[in-house]
Amino acid sequence: MSAASDVRPSGATGEIERYTFRERVMHWFTGITYLYCLATGLAFYSPHLYWLASVLGGGATSRFWHPILGVVFLMGTLWMNNFWHRDMEMTETDRRWLDRVEHYMANRDDLLPSQERFNAGQKLFYWLMLYGALLLLLTGFFLWVPEYIPRQAAWVRPLAVLLHEIAALATIGGFIIHIYMGVFFVPGSMTAITTGWVSRAWARTHHRLWYLRVTGSPPPQE
Amino acid sequence: MSNGPLQIKAISGHAGPVPGRDASRDYDVCKLVDVTTCIGCKACEVACLEWNGYPFRETVFDNTYQTMPDLAWNYYNLIRFDEHVAEDGTLSWLMRKDQCMHCADPGCLLACPADGAIVQYSNGIVDFQQEHCIGCQYCVTGCPFNIPKFNKETKKVHKCTLCSDRVGAGLEPACIKACPTGCLHFGSKDDMKELAETRVRQLHEHSSHKNAGVYDPAGVGGTHVIYVLHDKDHPERYGGLPKDPQIPLLVRLWKGPLKWLGNIAIAAGIIGVATHYLRFGPKRAEEETKGEPK
Ligand code: HEM
Ligand code: SF4
Ligand code: SF4
Repeated sequence: MSAASDVRPSGATGEIERYTFRERVMHWFTGITYLYCLATGLAFYSPHLYWLASVLGGGATSRFWHPILGVVFLMGTLWMNNFWHRDMEMTETDRRWLDRVEHYMANRDDLLPSQERFNAGQKLFYWLMLYGALLLLLTGFFLWVPEYIPRQAAWVRPLAVLLHEIAALATIGGFIIHIYMGVFFVPGSMTAITTGWVSRAWARTHHRLWYLRVTGSPPPQE
Repeated sequence: MSNGPLQIKAISGHAGPVPGRDASRDYDVCKLVDVTTCIGCKACEVACLEWNGYPFRETVFDNTYQTMPDLAWNYYNLIRFDEHVAEDGTLSWLMRKDQCMHCADPGCLLACPADGAIVQYSNGIVDFQQEHCIGCQYCVTGCPFNIPKFNKETKKVHKCTLCSDRVGAGLEPACIKACPTGCLHFGSKDDMKELAETRVRQLHEHSSHKNAGVYDPAGVGGTHVIYVLHDKDHPERYGGLPKDPQIPLLVRLWKGPLKWLGNIAIAAGIIGVATHYLRFGPKRAEEETKGEPK
């Protein structure tokens, strides 16, 4: 059973429920823990951003909590994966959509194949964050307790920081686009992820196949 | 020897200007360790503990004349002991006073992300400021000599201060004061280099150590602790003193090009999405069809 099946159109208002309560909690749980790791991580990353650590309780405090909330963030993404991974699988349509992503960027959605519950861009972001979180944990572990790395294996330390930073930068790239799309580029997304509801027009425009499925309308003629 | 109050010339993890950057109001200080006259008495180890107020601690016997296998967060100074058998079969005991080298180009300071946790004074002393340390141990990763040591309880890192508190008050470091053989000297870097060269010449002329030389490794910009070695081509015989110490390449990459690439990528990403919005604007949903609820 896909998680999408417990999302149903609401007869009363005509709006459609896009995200269940559980999905919204999941999203903000990972979002906030990520933001904390991002802010403290950027403080360690650059002297120009070290004030972020001061604002968040000081450098030593940030250093104490960053890895712990990192693990909590990863647990959040795994929880999310449990519910979303089927919805996030890449399909043939997604590949065709990605080939013509420039039309999406130019707001010529009419030139693109219709999308299911998530479009290919959202799916890519999802996998980027999931694998990014795994790599961050793997490398972050060595940064966390370097005192237990024997001297003979000391070379893994700079390698781990380097990879940790590269993984962080990759997720930051996705994150910038994610925030831009959610807050600015696709109006209605923010309401969807906070209240759970979207208008029928929103659903039809951005995720037509999903819209047809949850409203029980006939499948499209392509 | 007076240095007056210590002026800072480099600060770890610091974004703003550093008042004393590249300035040298005083002369550079230097500790000279002549390993050829060290008898391994450990007076310097004791003096170091006393001055820094650390308790005497258990020693670890591992069949050598070394007090313990490695430096510790509250043990800044250790006489390393090695036995060396030369080609002609003669045995020698090599003693080397191991402590922070006070690199001119310190890897610890380069790696440290915490503002002010490591400072370099204009006289060359590299000093850790524990109240600003966040315990990340990046300094351990950056140091080519494996010097900084972590206190697991306080989560702070410690190492030899070159007695910056004494030197700032015009005194020599505690270890220098305690050494009974005159194998330790303290003065300006120029004077110590000269003294070291004199000693090397003496060894060449009056001993069998024809390959004696001064250890002042260029890879870290020279150090403010220098050695006279019996054999300058084999520093690794002295408890693993690195032959050509360098700040690890990965640390340089991480603190140099990767930061620049990362900053440019983040800035480009933000400018990119902003420009995209100005060019294309938001993605509007299609009109509601008539008769549809809401
Ligand atoms: C998944 C679990 C994670 C663990 C165990 C972890 C652990 C660490 C540790 C121990 C450090 C070294 C600095 C310090 O000691 O405070 C660090 C640095 C850093 N972390 Fe994480 N982290 C994790 C997740 C994240 C996440 C989600 C981000 C978000 C982007 C992130 C971004 C960074 C950055 C940018 C740095 C600084 C690297 C540098 O010094 O240049 N980390 N992390
Ligand atoms: S552990 Fe070392 S690198 Fe980290 S803040 Fe302390 S002095 Fe700086
Ligand atoms: S020996 Fe290590 S701890 Fe001492 S100044 Fe050099 S890099 Fe820093």
